[in-house]
Amino acid sequence: MNFLRRRRAWITTPLLLAIFIYFWDLYCRLSGIHPFIVPRPGAVLDQYLTMVQTRALWEHSWITVFETSVGFFFACVIGIGGGAILGKVRWLEEAMRPFVIATQVIPKIALVSLFILWFGFGPEPKILVSTVLAFFPILTNTLLGVKSVDLGHKDVMKSLNATRWQTWRMLELPSAMPAIIAGLEVGVVLAYIGAIVGEFAGGTKGLGYLTLEYQNGFNAPGLFGVLIQLTVIGFALYLLILGLRRSLIPWHESVLVERPAVPA
Amino acid sequence: MVGVSGAAAPARPVEIDFAGVEKRFPTPEGVVHAVAKTDIQVRQQEFVVLLGPSGCGKTTILRMIAGLLQPSSGTIAVAGRDLWQGSRRDSQALAELGIVFQDANLFPWYSIERNVAMPLELRGVSHRERMERARALCDLVGIKGFEKRWPRELSGGMRQRAAIARALSYDPEILLMDEPFGALDAMTRDTMNLEIQRLWMIQKSTIVFVTHSIAEAVFLADRIILLSPRPGRIRSVTEVTFPRPRDMVVQTQPEFQDIVRHLRGELEDME
Repeated sequence: MNFLRRRRAWITTPLLLAIFIYFWDLYCRLSGIHPFIVPRPGAVLDQYLTMVQTRALWEHSWITVFETSVGFFFACVIGIGGGAILGKVRWLEEAMRPFVIATQVIPKIALVSLFILWFGFGPEPKILVSTVLAFFPILTNTLLGVKSVDLGHKDVMKSLNATRWQTWRMLELPSAMPAIIAGLEVGVVLAYIGAIVGEFAGGTKGLGYLTLEYQNGFNAPGLFGVLIQLTVIGFALYLLILGLRRSLIPWHESVLVERPAVPA
Repeated sequence: MVGVSGAAAPARPVEIDFAGVEKRFPTPEGVVHAVAKTDIQVRQQEFVVLLGPSGCGKTTILRMIAGLLQPSSGTIAVAGRDLWQGSRRDSQALAELGIVFQDANLFPWYSIERNVAMPLELRGVSHRERMERARALCDLVGIKGFEKRWPRELSGGMRQRAAIARALSYDPEILLMDEPFGALDAMTRDTMNLEIQRLWMIQKSTIVFVTHSIAEAVFLADRIILLSPRPGRIRSVTEVTFPRPRDMVVQTQPEFQDIVRHLRGELEDME
């Protein structure tokens, strides 16, 4: 029973999914809505299973994953590196703040056109959008994390005469890590969105492009198929960050598993 | 192991020389005079308690001895070395100071043993040697078997034991304790007071201990320095000469009660 209680989600998740699909199918049958608009779940599944066997879907998927990953990587470098530096150097933070905010108040999607103008229809503008979209939450979270180091912990390092590097490595970085990872969780989703939006705007590759193509061809089941593929990839990215959380901050409240209490 | 009594202490050399020290803090509302010109000498292996109400500067004095705050004027010598060389701190003097704060201040991302051995890690001691030392220290302070746990899995009393082990890890001659048991419940606190006496007698350390509990002060101290507030200054010094090791029963003795009553009277006069 204990096992079941801990793994309750293994039952509830498929159950809720089944209920959702049942009502979807029910709606399609009873409302008589045209399958071009909302196809039946069975048709979508058939279509998806067919698509999965084509090379095209995987090539487009790979392009999107590649753009997202590279974009996210740059976002991490800029976000974590920039956040750490701004968090340590107060005057620089004050000097840079208006510019960092400026990059956020522009509707970044509008930058896509500019990037395409500069870099053409290859993967570069998509990567760039992905980076621009994702770096901000990573940067602000890193900044927050680096700046909110516990004063008592700082006293410990100071009393032990630790060097600046030791204090960074053993105190400031690990202390900021939960905030950084929270930033990565938001950032990875934005990087993904950035890549898709970039593909919408131009080019002939990626799942974003494929979506447009199906839209233009009035291929609703195909469109749904791409949506499933997008969801699957999104989950994979999310799991990646979850794994990162487990391995980088196993000590944190968000990760720690219950163990038998320790007597006083 | 009978009785390091307070009376024997004056024969030993001075370990902490706190000479003509004053502390003022600049604040937006003006300068706060936290500690008036004060002299305190602590001898080797002495157990000195700084007692006083809040705002009496006891923590400020301790933080100045610890090198966490620089005095506005006066000099502080630790183990015969000037603590401050201009605005830099003398690393050899610092190496003789172990500090335990009111919060255990363990790093939540390190296991108990890594926390305990952290000062040795900073000093570049090898992993093997560090872990051996951490195990021995955990045993010494009574948290054997919890070496691999995360700090948050331990109770407040056990975390404070780990913090003491960390402070002892590099064998400092002096232990500075800033209300280390203030956040613990009364029973755990009694246990910890017995423990700190035991550790002090084994390690032969010099201890400066800050508290606002009169009973705790009388139970632990060779010498109680009572401070009065605004600005912080020494109000009186009381020698406590009960033989060591003391047990909780000493608290029921009339002499113990007399000292407590006397100190309480002095504290009430300050109000």
